[in-house]
Amino acid sequence: MGKFNVLQHDLVPEHHLVPKKEEDKVLNELGIAKDLLPKISRSDPAIKALEEIHGPIESGTIIKIVRKSPTLGYSVYYRAITSEVFK
Amino acid sequence: MTGGISKRIYRIQFALLSPEEVRKMSQVKVITADTYDDDGYPIERGLMDLHMGVIEPGLKCATCGGKVDECPGHFGHIELAMPVVHVGFIKELKTLLDSTCKSCGRIKLTEDEMKTYKGRFSQLSFATSDPEIIGLNSKKATDEASQRMVCPHCGTQQNKIILDKPTTFREEGIKVTPKEIRERMERIPDSDLMFFGLNAEVARPEWMVLTVLAVPPINVRPSITLETGERSEDDLTHKLVDIIRISQRLRESRDNGSPQLIIEDLWDLLQFHVTTYFDNQTAGIPPARHRSGRALKTLVQRLKGKEGRFRSNLSGKRVNFSARTVISPEPFLSVNEVGVPEKAARELTVPVTVNIFNLEHVRELVKLGPEPRNEFGKYVAGVNYIIRPDGRRIKITTQNAEENSKRIEVGWVVERQLAEGDIVLFNRQPSLHRMSMMGHTVRILDGQTFRFNLAVCTPYNADFDGDEMNLHILQKEEARAEARIIMKVQEQIMSPRFGGPIIGGIHDHITAMFLLTHGNPLYPEDVTVHMLSYLDVDHMPEVELVGGKKFYRGRNIFSLLLPEGLNLRFTSKLCSGSKEKCAYEDDPLDKEVYIVNGKMIHGTIDEAAIGSFSGIIIDKIFRKYGSAAAAKFIDRMTRLGVAFLSSRGFSTGISDYDIPDNAITRIEEISTQAIERTNKLIETYRAGQLQPAPGRSVEDTLEIEILSTTGVVRDESGKIASTYLGLTNPSVIMARSGARAKMLNISEVAGMVGQQSVRGGRLNRGYYGRTLPHFKTEDIGAMARGFVKSSYKAGLNPIEYFMHSIGGREGLVDIAVRTSRSGYMQRRLINAFEDLKVDEELRVRDTIGAVIQFKYGEDGVDPTRSDKGDTVDVDYLAFNLEQEVE
Repeated sequence: MGKFNVLQHDLVPEHHLVPKKEEDKVLNELGIAKDLLPKISRSDPAIKALEEIHGPIESGTIIKIVRKSPTLGYSVYYRAITSEVFK
Repeated sequence: MTGGISKRIYRIQFALLSPEEVRKMSQVKVITADTYDDDGYPIERGLMDLHMGVIEPGLKCATCGGKVDECPGHFGHIELAMPVVHVGFIKELKTLLDSTCKSCGRIKLTEDEMKTYKGRFSQLSFATSDPEIIGLNSKKATDEASQRMVCPHCGTQQNKIILDKPTTFREEGIKVTPKEIRERMERIPDSDLMFFGLNAEVARPEWMVLTVLAVPPINVRPSITLETGERSEDDLTHKLVDIIRISQRLRESRDNGSPQLIIEDLWDLLQFHVTTYFDNQTAGIPPARHRSGRALKTLVQRLKGKEGRFRSNLSGKRVNFSARTVISPEPFLSVNEVGVPEKAARELTVPVTVNIFNLEHVRELVKLGPEPRNEFGKYVAGVNYIIRPDGRRIKITTQNAEENSKRIEVGWVVERQLAEGDIVLFNRQPSLHRMSMMGHTVRILDGQTFRFNLAVCTPYNADFDGDEMNLHILQKEEARAEARIIMKVQEQIMSPRFGGPIIGGIHDHITAMFLLTHGNPLYPEDVTVHMLSYLDVDHMPEVELVGGKKFYRGRNIFSLLLPEGLNLRFTSKLCSGSKEKCAYEDDPLDKEVYIVNGKMIHGTIDEAAIGSFSGIIIDKIFRKYGSAAAAKFIDRMTRLGVAFLSSRGFSTGISDYDIPDNAITRIEEISTQAIERTNKLIETYRAGQLQPAPGRSVEDTLEIEILSTTGVVRDESGKIASTYLGLTNPSVIMARSGARAKMLNISEVAGMVGQQSVRGGRLNRGYYGRTLPHFKTEDIGAMARGFVKSSYKAGLNPIEYFMHSIGGREGLVDIAVRTSRSGYMQRRLINAFEDLKVDEELRVRDTIGAVIQFKYGEDGVDPTRSDKGDTVDVDYLAFNLEQEVE
């Protein structure tokens, strides 16, 4: 069996890299400093899957997560990558 | 709270107190066991020495010069004549003695072993590592060291050390004195201490053997003066007196060369006193007792357990201005009200600060005294205390009321008794959601209990089988404003849990409205007028003339409760739930509720319309007309329900479950058939001819088949029984309308109880191969596995009764387990969420400011205002608009 890409799974929301250039714009829109963003561990399977596509991803990169929502259709969430490992 | 944060805790370090440290923090060396002299003045260098703080007004602390409330107290110390072991460290001392050499003091590990353990410990630090992990590692090292009987460093032969509980160590049967233990501990080099998880800088093991005892400040052990003028000392002081006395005698005996035996006895006695000073419930020694025979409450007893400092004083704060009593129902109160007994109201007070605007009013109030009544003997709020600007409280009595009322000036505070209309908080434990604590306005009532409207039972999860509830009187204007605006019962009608009303009709409300509207019955004028006298209506409903007499339709009477302009269309609960063709499907006028402009055209009002958790009418009134209108609807519905049921009458009894003999025979027939069918299934199984269902074993298949057979008979018997029990039967009315019970319960009473089960399967536990000795082993027939063919009404035979109890027990155990488990889960969630906040931009953030959600709930929808989780109810909006345009 080939390696399964978790991002293809129905229950995993879309994960997108936010390009460095657009980071400021996103943070401005949210009105929030980067260190106050929710975090995502670089050992997260979704990040590993993204690394397979984009190559190594730096800590501090912002990830845009698009989830399905029964009321809104979809909702957008942002996380910053951290090297921390969450237990 | 006064002031902000003065200090923030950066870290906590645990260490042992060294004798030097005890002496350093001590302000006085205590040498006499006496407390006060004949004049009641503290004896110098005694246990109540002024250096250790003051508890009597007038005296000043000899250390800091502070007066009673200024001096925090200071430590003293006692020099013990001989060292004694500290009970709290017995376990640690045992491992230390076991795993070190008795002559050279090194840990009994070879150089190689030390190297491997050192490697592990070097990765850990006392400041940051998990203490549990340090403990685990040191346990491994000490276990290995204590096994070794020859010291790898000096080659000395070691002896087994036995702990003779609680505080004596024996080596080869000979007692090891605390002095010797201390010497051995001193020999352990600092470098070996890491293997025991000890930080040599702050915790030398010899400090576990006491040579100096710290004496706590007087503020910790205050003496009390009894009414007779007699002094009574604290338990700790008593214990310290004992310690000093024995220590002195021991010192004298030792110095004048008394026999060894006497010295040892005194030494043991000193050990006993020091041990009980720390913990008076040490296993193996009798607790030290007071003269009266009561066991002394020493250090450990002060902290430990439910009544200890932690659980009782730190986690369990108590409040003033609160009351608790039994609750009982009162349908004539509004949902927003609570009935308070007069006795409680006289004790509970609201502080009123006097200003130029209320000065005259307050003076009049104080003049009334502490127990005023009006000309009809009814309760009127009085005043219990007045407080002067300097903080002095003056008790108001009937005698001094007049005089004190004149003394009152602007700036004084008057503690006024509870009055009608005050807003208070009402609460029932366990407080599982925010509706467990709501704001009510006060009504003073006769009697001894708190009373409230039955519709409010649901959010509190209360009943009246002896439940008690708490009442809290708000003391600040801000608190009262918040309670009025956001905590009041009417503001809590909508539940944030599911976006529907949690406060609504229950039991009799539903029964009454059902009977009133189902089939749209006619009521003669006198009955109608009587019923409406319970309400505040100013006009009669539409009249219908039958035979020249005035009659009124039930639905028109119900319409009086509805606000003008309400348009609503929905299906009542009436037919849902029954799979077979519903008897009312043919008559849409009964099933489909149709309300136009606040007038009910047709349909039946039941649980779906007015019940808590579902009530569509309450939901729509709340949304369209606001909380006050919804509360008013519930209040008036309650009154109409009482009016209707008390004039019509409603009751049920065992004869309501009578069914004709031929029905009973038929039920017996089908149950016999089911048992036969079960036997046949078992036969096929025994013959090996049963075809297993896909993915299941033959045994599983058999069980499933039997379960479905017995399930079908129960349903069948229920159907037979309910054909004879129509909507004229009170139980059926309750079940169908959703007021109480289900049709299943009725069929259990009239038809048959059916298969009992544990964990979803038939009963199979008990004796070897059978549930009861009344059956043969390996009998897996219906009766042997918990099939109950009797009905509750006919009665169960002893075997059936036993089987039924087994099934019932599972339910009870389930509830017990579930509540404790879910309670703990909820507690953890609450602790995780408690300081999250929604900011102005609807972001959810924690105290640091880190974002948890960018939009509350990811969509910004308030579940309380949502339509059962959805944003809008399009059908309703369309219908409402349609009607409004017309």
